Amino acid sequence: MLALPPASQPAPRRQVFVGTAVAGAAGLMLVGGMMATWLKFRADAPVRESMKRGFIKDWMPEKIVVPEVAANIMLLGLLVVCVMAQWAVYSAKRNDRTHTGLALGVTALMALAVINAQIFIWTQMGVGAKDGAFHSMFYASTGAMTALLFSGLVFTAVAAFRYLGGRTKEVELVSAHALYWYFLAAAFCAVWFVIYVQK
Amino acid sequence: MTSIETHLPTDVSASNSAIATWLTSADHKKVGRLFIGSGLVGLVAGLVLAILVTFERINADSYQILSVDSVPQVLAAVRLLLTFGAVVPLLLGLSIAVVPLQLGARSNAFPRLAASGFWMWLTGLGLAVASIIGNGGPNGGDSDLVDLYLAGSIVLGLGVLMAATSIAVSVLTTRAPGMGILRAPLFTWSSLVGSLAVILTMPVLIGTTVYVYVDHRYARAGFGGNTGVNQWVGWALSQPFSYLLAIPALGIVLDVVPTIGRTRLAQRSAAFGAIGVVAVSALAVVTQTSITLPWEGEKFFDNAGTKIADLLPFLLLNVVPILGLLGVLGLALLTLKSAKPSISAPLTFVLIGLLGILLGAAAHIVGLVEDAGLIGSVYEAGVYVPITFGAIAIAFGGICFWGPKLWGRSISDKAATPLALLALLAIGLDSIPYFVAGFADQPASLVNGFSYSGPQDLWNALTCAGFVVMLLASIAFIGLALKSFTSGAVAGNDPWDGSTLEWATSSPPPENNFAGVIVVNSATPLADTKSASSTGKVA
Repeated sequence: MLALPPASQPAPRRQVFVGTAVAGAAGLMLVGGMMATWLKFRADAPVRESMKRGFIKDWMPEKIVVPEVAANIMLLGLLVVCVMAQWAVYSAKRNDRTHTGLALGVTALMALAVINAQIFIWTQMGVGAKDGAFHSMFYASTGAMTALLFSGLVFTAVAAFRYLGGRTKEVELVSAHALYWYFLAAAFCAVWFVIYVQK
Repeated sequence: MTSIETHLPTDVSASNSAIATWLTSADHKKVGRLFIGSGLVGLVAGLVLAILVTFERINADSYQILSVDSVPQVLAAVRLLLTFGAVVPLLLGLSIAVVPLQLGARSNAFPRLAASGFWMWLTGLGLAVASIIGNGGPNGGDSDLVDLYLAGSIVLGLGVLMAATSIAVSVLTTRAPGMGILRAPLFTWSSLVGSLAVILTMPVLIGTTVYVYVDHRYARAGFGGNTGVNQWVGWALSQPFSYLLAIPALGIVLDVVPTIGRTRLAQRSAAFGAIGVVAVSALAVVTQTSITLPWEGEKFFDNAGTKIADLLPFLLLNVVPILGLLGVLGLALLTLKSAKPSISAPLTFVLIGLLGILLGAAAHIVGLVEDAGLIGSVYEAGVYVPITFGAIAIAFGGICFWGPKLWGRSISDKAATPLALLALLAIGLDSIPYFVAGFADQPASLVNGFSYSGPQDLWNALTCAGFVVMLLASIAFIGLALKSFTSGAVAGNDPWDGSTLEWATSSPPPENNFAGVIVVNSATPLADTKSASSTGKVA
C-alpha cells in the first residue's frame, strides 16, 4: 500500500451548521410544496355567490372563523424566538454562560407559546378534519408546521442541555439552532400568509 | 467551535453477535452494504411482480393470474419495488459505503442518521408492500390498508431523506485537506448533486402524501379517495423523478471508465457541469407534472408566440437533462478513445446502463409531444424501464468495481460480463416492444381487455421475456456476488490500479478507513503518489 502524505487533524467544517442548513432547506420545501398544493386547490375551487362578499371562491366555508389574532401572535412570537436564538449565539460567542442559558430558556418558552397559540386556533375553530377538503388540508398544513415547530423546540432543549451541561465551546451548535429557527420562521411566514391571510 | 465525534463505536461490542452488530452498526460501510443487499432483494421481488403483469398482458381476452381489481395495486407495487426498493437503495448504498472512502474521511457525517435512514426506509417499504398485499395501496379495497400504504410511503420518504442528508453533508464537510469540490471524484460529486436533488424534492412528495393521508383517513373530499392516490403521489414512480434518482449512477460511469481505461478523465470540469445539468430535472419534479409540447403538425407555426412560450419550459425541463446525459456519454467515449481498456464487467455494465438511461430519456421527449398520442399508453412504461434497468445495470457495475474494496474479494470478470449483455437484452426487450405497443395505443393502466391491429400478443410476450431475462441476470448476479464476496479471489488493496483515495486503504478498510489524515494536491491523489514513487520523487 502506497503511503499518501499525512497531515495534521483538520479543523471541523461546521458539520452541524451545514446539516442544519440542509435540514432547513428540506423543511422549507415541505412547507412550500404544501402551500403550493393549498393554493392550487384554492384556485381550482368553483365560484359561488356569498351573501356578504358577492362572488367568491367556494373554498373556505363561511361559518368558519379563523382566529387571526392568534395567528398574528404566532408570527410575532416566532420573530421573538429568532431574536432570542440570536441573542444566545451572541452570548455564547462571548462565553457568557448565564445569558446564553437565559436566551435559550426564553427561546424555548416563546416556542412553547407559539405551539400553544396553534392549539388555541384549532380549539377555537371547532371544526374537524373530516368536515371537508378545506378542513383536512388546514389540519394537515398546520399540523405539519406544528411538527416542525416541535422539532425546533427539541433542538432548543438539546442545545441548552449540552451548553449548560458544560460544553460551552459548542458555539456552532447554538448557531445551528438559531439558523433552524430562522428557517422555521420563514416557513411560518408562508403558512401565515397563505392559510391565515389569503385563506 | 463544535468538535464532531467521528470515533464511532462501529462494531458496538466485540461480545455482540454478528447479527446484532449489523443491526446496530452506524459504520457507513455496513450501512451501505445493508442498503445494497436489501436493494437486491427488492429488485428480485419487483421483477417477479413485473413478470406477472406482463404475462397477464399476453392474452388480452381473459385474466390468467391477476384479478381486475388488483391490477392498479400490482402495477404500483412493481414501480414501488423497482424504484424505491431497488434503484434508490442500490445507489444510496454505494454512495454511503464508498463516498467517505473517496473523501479520505474516517466516517460519514451523521452516521447514526444514515443508519436510522436505512431502517426507516426498510420499515416504510415493508409497510407499503404489506399494505398492497393486504388489498391496500392505490385503488385498494381496504381503507385502513390504503392509509397504511400512505403512512408507509411517508416513512420511506423520510428514510431516504435522512440517508441523502448524511451523504450531502459528508461531501460538504468531510473532504480531506486540499480536496476542493472540483478535486472530488465524480461519483462523490454525483452523489452530492443527487442527494441535494432528493433533499429538495422528497419533502414535496412527503407533504403531498401527508395531505392525501389526512384527506383519505378523515374527509375523502379533495384527493379522490383510494383512486386518487396514484394521481397525487404517483409522479414519484415515473419520469422525470427517475432521472433524478439515477444521477449518482452517472458518477459511477465517470469513475469506472477512466480507471478501467487506466487513463485520466477527459475534460474533467465539463463532467461536473454535465452531471449538474441533469439535476435540472429536479425542477420538473417539483412541478409534479411534465410539460408537454403541442405540435399540431403543419399548424405548428400558428400561434407561434404561444407555442414558443410552451417550448421554453419544455426544453428546460425535458431536453436540458438529456444534454447532460449526452455530455456524460461523450466524455466517457472521449476518455476511452485515448485509453486501451480491457473488457471488464464494471465497464460493460456502466456503458450498457448509460445507454439504457439515454434511450429512456430520449424516448421520454417523444412521448411528451401531444400529437403523438402516447400519453396514457404503455409507451410510458417503455420509457420508465430502460431508465430503471440502466440505473440498476450501472449499480451492478459499481458493485463489481467497489465490491473488492468493501468485501476484500473480487467478482469474476468472466462470469459477470455476460450478465451485462443479458441486461442489455432485457433493456431492449422491455423498451422497443413497449414503444411499438404504445404507438398502437395499448393503454398503460390495463393488462386485459384491450385490442389493436397488429401482433399485440407478440409485443407483450417480448416484454414479459425481457423481465424474465432481467430476473435471471439479477439472480445470477446476486449468486455470483455472494459466492465471490465469501469465497472469491482476494482482491488486494488496489485491484484496478485506481487514482482516487478509496484505493489507498486496505480491502476491506479498517474501522476508521485511514490510518491518518491525508493531504490531497490534485484530483487523482493516488495516481500522483504512484507516479512520484516510480520516478523516485517524494510526493
